[in-house]
Amino acid sequence: MDALSSLADGFAIALTWQNLALALLGCFLGTLIGALPGLGPSNGVAILIPLVFSIGLKATPALILLTSVYYGAMYGGRISSILLNIPGDEPAMMTTLDGYPMAQKGQAGEALSISGLASFVGSFFATWGLVFLAPQLVKVALLFGPAEYFALFTLAFATLGGLSSKNQAKSAIAAALGLSIAMIGVDGQTGVPRFTFNNVHFYDGIDFLVAIVGFFAVSEVLVFIENYASGPSTAPVPKLGRIIPPMAMIKQTSGAMGRGTVLGFIAGVLPGAGASLGSFIAYALEKKISNKNDTFGKGDPRGVAAPEAGNNAAAGGALVPMLALGVPGSGTTAVLLAMLLALDITPGPLLFTKNPDVVWGLIAALFIGNFMLLAMNIPMVGIFVRLLAIPAKYLMPAVAMISFVGIYGISGSTFDLEVMIAFGVAGWVLRKLDVPLVPVILGILLGNQMENNLRRAMSISDGNLWALLESPLAVGLWMMAIVGFILPLVVGRFVRISALKKSKIKAGDVGTSD
Amino acid sequence: MSDRIFGITALLLAAVMTWGASVIQESFIQDPLGPKAFPWVIAAVLAITGITMMLKPDDEPEWPARTKFLRIVWSVTAMVLYAEVLPIVGFVITTAAVAAFLSWQLGATLRQAAMAGALISGGIFVVFHLVLGLSLARGPLGF
Repeated sequence: MDALSSLADGFAIALTWQNLALALLGCFLGTLIGALPGLGPSNGVAILIPLVFSIGLKATPALILLTSVYYGAMYGGRISSILLNIPGDEPAMMTTLDGYPMAQKGQAGEALSISGLASFVGSFFATWGLVFLAPQLVKVALLFGPAEYFALFTLAFATLGGLSSKNQAKSAIAAALGLSIAMIGVDGQTGVPRFTFNNVHFYDGIDFLVAIVGFFAVSEVLVFIENYASGPSTAPVPKLGRIIPPMAMIKQTSGAMGRGTVLGFIAGVLPGAGASLGSFIAYALEKKISNKNDTFGKGDPRGVAAPEAGNNAAAGGALVPMLALGVPGSGTTAVLLAMLLALDITPGPLLFTKNPDVVWGLIAALFIGNFMLLAMNIPMVGIFVRLLAIPAKYLMPAVAMISFVGIYGISGSTFDLEVMIAFGVAGWVLRKLDVPLVPVILGILLGNQMENNLRRAMSISDGNLWALLESPLAVGLWMMAIVGFILPLVVGRFVRISALKKSKIKAGDVGTSD
Repeated sequence: MSDRIFGITALLLAAVMTWGASVIQESFIQDPLGPKAFPWVIAAVLAITGITMMLKPDDEPEWPARTKFLRIVWSVTAMVLYAEVLPIVGFVITTAAVAAFLSWQLGATLRQAAMAGALISGGIFVVFHLVLGLSLARGPLGF
């Protein structure tokens, strides 16, 4: 049991006062970020990365802080789903369907506690899944050469539009945009400047942190400015009632939690799925299995437990490919990848062999964070409920200014701030056009690695393109990429998630992605 | 229509990339593929998807009406001005002003906005500068 002994070492790292304090802070901030409509895991983490970076935290503590925020946001999203019928972030969308009716029936406290428990079950078991699955995936990944990596990156882009995408052309265009932005700057292999237009600022390329904060935070502020009148109003928060679920309800929902966890975890591990799809599938299946008396949609606790277990399990599952392969499968893990790259850690199989302390310290911190989150989200949920009352007219300017502070803290450059604003405006336009932002981000993040692997493969084969298809592993990855790109075109119309997403987004305008 | 314009933009971008890649100065260090090939591949993807979008556009998105649109223009202008003025005037004053402006754009009354600006700016200064030691822009007054 290699994994278990490594995990024990991880606990030794995570159990220092500093790391515990950071995990606690991260869990608190994360729950808050998740709970506040307009801030979700991806833009919450995005705003915090430059700050953590400028404050100069070391890799492991920084990772612990930010992944606690990530897990916390997955917990927190349900709070406003249940109380206000506005999802606090996109993965929590499904929770509104039964959560809000429960709150209207006077069972807000029970809905919050049962969903808190479901979140715990989902992320706790998903973290165990991460412990055992990631090292296996690392073994496979160690067989990868440049050709396989190039195929893997293609696979990531091809599937990123995912099942929820209506228009694969838009996903592809987004990926190409991101990749072209990554091309700006001095070419790492030959040292020649590319697409710099003789502007010195462009020689280092576009800093991906600047792009991410612009895309996720600034564009969100612009969306709120555009529709403040129709934005979330401060509806009266319903009374909580008892916040300890009755035993009978726990028993009733345990099956839903179990199924939600398994489905969510699988959705998280698979490329292109992510937490939103995890909670969607978990809810849809639970409704099929348990909706015998037509109670779903009217405040059935199982309809709250399943999607919450699903989205939290997916959050854990999404860490598997991100850590083991260095290829994220969802928006938030793309942001987490940005964080790793900013800290000069390249995720992938070598991370497990070279920096096991980082990986296992992080995983141990996730276990600890989970218990903290359980405590925050059931007995102490009242604190977050009170903070929900912060209106957007105060929250959004604060978000904007903190984004500016973070980016200015990295470089102290006005130019970077202006690039960030430009990305914010571009992000707003792309969101209007229904072009997904995550492939753009992933393109900026992975573009240079993707090109390097292609060129390395070509150097090895001396320019023979067929080398890309030489190994069965590479062929398999290419096949998966092709199927992953074409499948949504075929089944897309049967999955109504995008339609649902649209109506919910109109209702409350949630964050950009999972 | 919007999608068509976006498709044309992508095509133009593809053209710029193709040209930009062709003028890359080759260096004496050389690998079989060189620095131009991958940008050309991306340009090809951009061109193909751009054409697809011109031929098969989605439904027209809801663009904001004039007043809403102007609100965004003003807010973006304020942010750009902020970026320019920040190193000259210093963090606290500029941040308070811009945060107040954004808050006002989001529907706060003038009094509320002024309060929000002062609190946001002061709060960030205390938490990030005094407690966490992050360096913020220093103006002539030292803050």
